[in-house]
Amino acid sequence: MYRYDQYDHQIVRERVAQFRSQVERRISGELTEDEFRPLRLQNGLYLQRHAYMLRVAIPYGLLSSTQMRKLGHIARKFDRGYGHFTTRQNIQYNWIELEQSADILAELASVEMHAIQTSGNCIRNITSDQFCGVAADELADPRPYIEILRQWSTFHPEFAYLPRKFKIAVNAAAEDRAAVQVHDIGLNLIKNDAGELGFQVLVGGGLGRTPIIGSVIREFLPWQHLLSYTEAIMRVYNQYGRRDNKYKARIKILVKALGVEEFARQVEAEWLDLKDSPSTISTEELARVTSYFTPPAYETLKDNDALLQQQRSEDKAFSNWLTRNVRPHKVPGYAIVTLSLKKTGTPPGDATAEQIDFVAELSDRYSFGELRVTHEQNLVLADVKQSDLLALYKEAKTHGLATANIGLLTDIICCPGGDFCSLANAKSIPIAEAIAERFDNVDFQHDIGDIELNISGCINACGHHHVGNIGILGVDKDGSEWYQVSIGGAQGNESAIGKIIGPSFAAGQMPEVIGRLLEVYVRERIEEELFIDTVNRVGINPFKDHVYATPIAGHTYQAGEDAYA
Amino acid sequence: MRKIIKDKAIVDDYWNVFKLTEGESPETVSVPAGQQIVPLQVWLTQKTTLSARKDIGVWLASHERPEQLREDITALPLIAVDFPAFSDGRGYSIAFNLRSRLGYDGEIRAIGDVLRDQLFYMQRVGFSAFATREDRSIEDALKGLTDFSDVYQTSWDQKTPLYRRASRPAAQDLP
Repeated sequence: MYRYDQYDHQIVRERVAQFRSQVERRISGELTEDEFRPLRLQNGLYLQRHAYMLRVAIPYGLLSSTQMRKLGHIARKFDRGYGHFTTRQNIQYNWIELEQSADILAELASVEMHAIQTSGNCIRNITSDQFCGVAADELADPRPYIEILRQWSTFHPEFAYLPRKFKIAVNAAAEDRAAVQVHDIGLNLIKNDAGELGFQVLVGGGLGRTPIIGSVIREFLPWQHLLSYTEAIMRVYNQYGRRDNKYKARIKILVKALGVEEFARQVEAEWLDLKDSPSTISTEELARVTSYFTPPAYETLKDNDALLQQQRSEDKAFSNWLTRNVRPHKVPGYAIVTLSLKKTGTPPGDATAEQIDFVAELSDRYSFGELRVTHEQNLVLADVKQSDLLALYKEAKTHGLATANIGLLTDIICCPGGDFCSLANAKSIPIAEAIAERFDNVDFQHDIGDIELNISGCINACGHHHVGNIGILGVDKDGSEWYQVSIGGAQGNESAIGKIIGPSFAAGQMPEVIGRLLEVYVRERIEEELFIDTVNRVGINPFKDHVYATPIAGHTYQAGEDAYA
Repeated sequence: MRKIIKDKAIVDDYWNVFKLTEGESPETVSVPAGQQIVPLQVWLTQKTTLSARKDIGVWLASHERPEQLREDITALPLIAVDFPAFSDGRGYSIAFNLRSRLGYDGEIRAIGDVLRDQLFYMQRVGFSAFATREDRSIEDALKGLTDFSDVYQTSWDQKTPLYRRASRPAAQDLP
């Protein structure tokens, strides 16, 4: 994986010193809160309901066991013993003291990590496929390009005060696991007819208040021009993006206002001046950065189907886990394992310091000391020997990390919601928990199969509700918390924005609402159809009719502050 | 005497930022004697008389386009860019474009909500002078120019990316 050289170390160290000075000036009153806010946000520090929240970047989701242990250490020393993995491959700590924030950044710097640009109106942590480098359907490893882009975007002087936040995702696999179509810039690594590598460039996708699927503005950009072309996009956006209304300030609104063709024309005109500038990536630089992403020392093995078949037959739970949580690896004899952070009864994406340490240990023993964070808020051990799977499963189980639900109903994507976030209209975690409890039956979940249930506590859509097969959005109606339900959303290659089925529900009604949606699916499905396929085939009306056919109990259930009264 | 930061030092400032008051129009307003930085619209409408003076600079609001000064670029000793709020980042692209697209090599001055923690970025995109906010210590603000000793990417101040300037190690060469 990428390692810092003296320059990276120096830049991150100087950032810590700069931030320490900013915090001191805030505490002394020299900086007003208005002046301090953008500075702390560019270091990932939010002021939430109860305390500060610190968001730490995990570039392209990759961590060493040493870094993971440091995350556990920070959870213990500076937080309340846990962290929350987010939908953008970051980790968040929810109980941070301002006075200690610079010390945390120094701890992170000691293991080559930071919280730079994890928030604020700047270029954020660049995300990617959690299976980079090991996926069989990958064209080439995109991480060297992302690392080059990460360095370029770090403290870019011209693009630190953009109209709004800016998110980039990169995908290099046949199946899009990076949600490139719902990012400000989405990059697909592809080959042209001549066999050369480059990027298909999408712009203007996004969720939030105005969900939009991104548009292709360039079918093929040779990789050498990645930085100069991105610079051209950023400069057009920085100059012309709206700044009068924060809800209309994302690049998607500019692209929509200008039209895709006109936007693309402006980018190309800007780029003419930058093309072939010194920012052009050289073959040598790409090779240098690529040297950090060489495959680990795999043993020469054969696929071990017979053994796995036998183990499956002896242990149904292990068999379920293999089916849901283990994926084929491109190297024979190895497998990719997803450790679920979605055990029923715990907030999706949360991990305790003990679990964090334990996963670090597992990665050392089973996966070359590296692990990944997924945008579905789970953890991945990417290089596990097939012959070790059963032992790993048993160990993971002892720490609540082997729930066999990857891609299933209880693998819920969920934002922190109103329990923590001051933006939220409604709580999201209790809804996720109530749904998970109702459908905790393994056989039922396996029968329903692949389904994405995404929950956001507000329109900012951190829980990606628009692209959930079932999406739940917390809304505020006259001061109480309600939930709007949409179906038909999808992420990946066939990204789609879900459609709202009708009036919103009280928290207590939500498990039954989901139950009724699933009843329609079970009634209507044909052959091997997944939930999303059935929705696409029959439309939303049968679902709507059934959900609203008879009153649903539970509307007197109190959510929000009332629940705690 | 007001102080500003210019070419990395604190110096006396002799320029006045001339602003229209309500009811005044760019065409008819009378620009006082002495070194004046006038609004773009005043310059554009009164260019024939103002260009005879050697003590006129122009300031751009953050929504205005630097290309409008294309013909005048060699005549102006100073172009200022206003930051109505420090979080309005358009001024960075304006300065970059003045330098790199229009080839302006005179003083580019940041005016308005100009604070210590933005100076490092501002100097990188081409600003050479900073009229920092007068309610803050200018000595403190000066420190903002040296927050970082190196940078990854190109901008106006640094035309070569780090990897082309420095000998950066490949994985196998990392100590």
